[in-house]
Amino acid sequence: MATASTGLPEHHVAHHFDSAEQEFDSVKTGMWLFIASEIMMFGALFVGALLFHTLHPAAFSEGSSHLNWHLGAINTFFLLTSGLTMGLAVIAAQHGEQGKVRMNLVLSIILASGFLVVKTIEYSAKFEHGTLPGRLWHAHGFTDPFSHIFFGLYFVMTGLHATHVLIGMGMMIWALYRSTQVKFTRGYFTPIEMVAIYWALVDLVWVFLFPLLYLIG
Amino acid sequence: MIAHVQGDNINYLKTRSGIMNWLVTVDHKRIGMMYLASILCFFITGGTFAFLFRLELWSPLKEFLTPDQYNQFFTLHGVIMVFLVVVPGIPAALGNFILPLQIGAKDLAFPKLNLTSLYLYWLGAAIALWSIVAGHADQGWTMYAPYSLSQNPAVLWMMVAAFFLGFSSILTGLNFIVTMHNMRAPGMTWYRMPLFLWAMYATGIMQIFATPVLAITLILLLIENFFGIGIFDPTLGGDPLLMQHFFWFYSHPAVYIIVVPGFGIASEIIAAFSKKDIFGYRFVAYSSVAIAIIGFVVWGHHMFVAGQSELADSIFSFLTFFTAIPSAIKVFNWTATLYKGSIDLKTPMLYALQFLWNFTIGGLTGIILAILSVDIHLHDTYFVVSHFHYVAMGSTMVAFIGGIHYWWPKMTGKMYNETVGKIAAWLVFIGFNATFFVQLIMGSLGSPRRYYHYWDQFQIYHQISTVGLVILAIGLFTALINLIGSFWNGSVAPANPWGAKTLEWQADSPPVLYNFTETPIVTHGPYAFETEKA
Repeated sequence: MATASTGLPEHHVAHHFDSAEQEFDSVKTGMWLFIASEIMMFGALFVGALLFHTLHPAAFSEGSSHLNWHLGAINTFFLLTSGLTMGLAVIAAQHGEQGKVRMNLVLSIILASGFLVVKTIEYSAKFEHGTLPGRLWHAHGFTDPFSHIFFGLYFVMTGLHATHVLIGMGMMIWALYRSTQVKFTRGYFTPIEMVAIYWALVDLVWVFLFPLLYLIG
Repeated sequence: MIAHVQGDNINYLKTRSGIMNWLVTVDHKRIGMMYLASILCFFITGGTFAFLFRLELWSPLKEFLTPDQYNQFFTLHGVIMVFLVVVPGIPAALGNFILPLQIGAKDLAFPKLNLTSLYLYWLGAAIALWSIVAGHADQGWTMYAPYSLSQNPAVLWMMVAAFFLGFSSILTGLNFIVTMHNMRAPGMTWYRMPLFLWAMYATGIMQIFATPVLAITLILLLIENFFGIGIFDPTLGGDPLLMQHFFWFYSHPAVYIIVVPGFGIASEIIAAFSKKDIFGYRFVAYSSVAIAIIGFVVWGHHMFVAGQSELADSIFSFLTFFTAIPSAIKVFNWTATLYKGSIDLKTPMLYALQFLWNFTIGGLTGIILAILSVDIHLHDTYFVVSHFHYVAMGSTMVAFIGGIHYWWPKMTGKMYNETVGKIAAWLVFIGFNATFFVQLIMGSLGSPRRYYHYWDQFQIYHQISTVGLVILAIGLFTALINLIGSFWNGSVAPANPWGAKTLEWQADSPPVLYNFTETPIVTHGPYAFETEKA
């Protein structure tokens, strides 16, 4: 059962599938449907944000001027690069290069952590200035009475996104663990591929969040 | 092959007994049965609330409920029936059991995910029940802002419950669609799939794409309650209409999540008991998908009087008329299937026929409500209540009960008593129509819904409705006792008691653990009655 080169066992197809191919196709279809579902969820949030952008343009312009777009740009860099390393992890898994898989997973985790560190820096600045959602709002110097809505949406949207970053990191750590349990081959690289697809969603949402909140004023 | 070998040829009920083995099972049949039992329990719970407030409405004055209790009871009736009964209903219970059998698979694509979705359902249900104890939820099932923004703990728990139930629904739909894409037996092409599965497919699409919008709406409502970020609360600069848009973007497709599975069951029963291929198979199949797609663009018809622009009203009204086309295609095709069929009026067929009757009324009253000027008069009256009960109860639940009778021999290996089953079906038909037809009349005369005190001239309608509900309840309990009684005194069911042609009837009754002892090879369509005669 175990191969000599890595000492890791091969993957076994679950009992109710006829073949490894059927299993892989099923998992992949399922993941894409889940992503579609996630996009609908974030989509509604974006529609809401755009509505308030139209209702209270001055509040949005004032609110977005209080965000640090440099930090946002650094985070965009972190996420897009981690998307690249996750893609490389998939290619490495397809070639059965276990070491490269692990290296790219670790790099992705580091980049994702970098994103969260920057996010924490940004959030602490908001706490300091009191630009907090709803009832917690105690900021001074804002002229538009609806500026708090901008920051409410900012926290909801980036918070939900950050939750997805955390879940994605959890999945990467799980994939790292899987890489010590089973051998990835051209015929079996499902866990890595699934994490990569999920991570692409996390990237995608940020690619829209960044301009909406930081750049459009 | 590891641990399962010795269980392979024993029926799924007997493989491993004991409650713990049921609770950790990944077998779609056992999960389906647990869903069925849970859903029926909540159907009785939700029905009890309805029964109590309908008794209260016997007279315009107080009978035995206070106005506050009355508000809570119709809220609980709505929440339980929508989120715990009709939305999960047919897919989670019958779909789970029948879908893999009908395509010749061993199980759903993701058996563990299936069990997860059952536990999410139970979690959501437990939280929903907790909300009854936690306080007074009287906002109505729609949770409109600002009613739902009063930081009432009962309302907050109800939102959390609906969130988990929605998640459960997404996972079920996802599992079904993946299974239908990848797990069909050799020879089972898309156009050889039974129409029940086309209905499950259309339902799955709506579950996956609409439910997440409900999820984010509930998250935003919770955040609005806790932090007051001003997204839905008008006093903070928010937009309550946005909440209604979000809510109906889910809840209108949810209406089709509720009724489309009923279409699927009706197609199966009508074909099997007319001994005829369904008339216009592809049209019936496509019309399910068409309803699913059109269902996404009609949500605004719930908001005709809520302050939407006239342009939006007109567009939504126009699009709503479109849903009548696929619905009518179905009704006409079922009727055409009956024509010159060898009709056998067994219990499931009686339910399928009353489904046809009720759905025609439910559908046509929907057209009336889609007319802008008429809707201004009928909005928030008993006419609307009756319309959606003709769809949710008269169509979906009737089809569901018909489906339970139809597949009961397959699920349990027992035959229920046919005579008692038929009597129950008639009682349900008479009781249901007595309860709700008068509400159409009452509503068109202008009687508003959700009122505790009503005008004296409506008393007779309320009383007929209450008597109707008593008959309906007797019918439903007769059916339930008949089914459960079959465990003790039912005769042993043969593999194919109805002579139906779909694949599940080739499996044993009840099926073995992995459904078929050999993977079936499909060579003909689902309703090939003609080939047998030749």
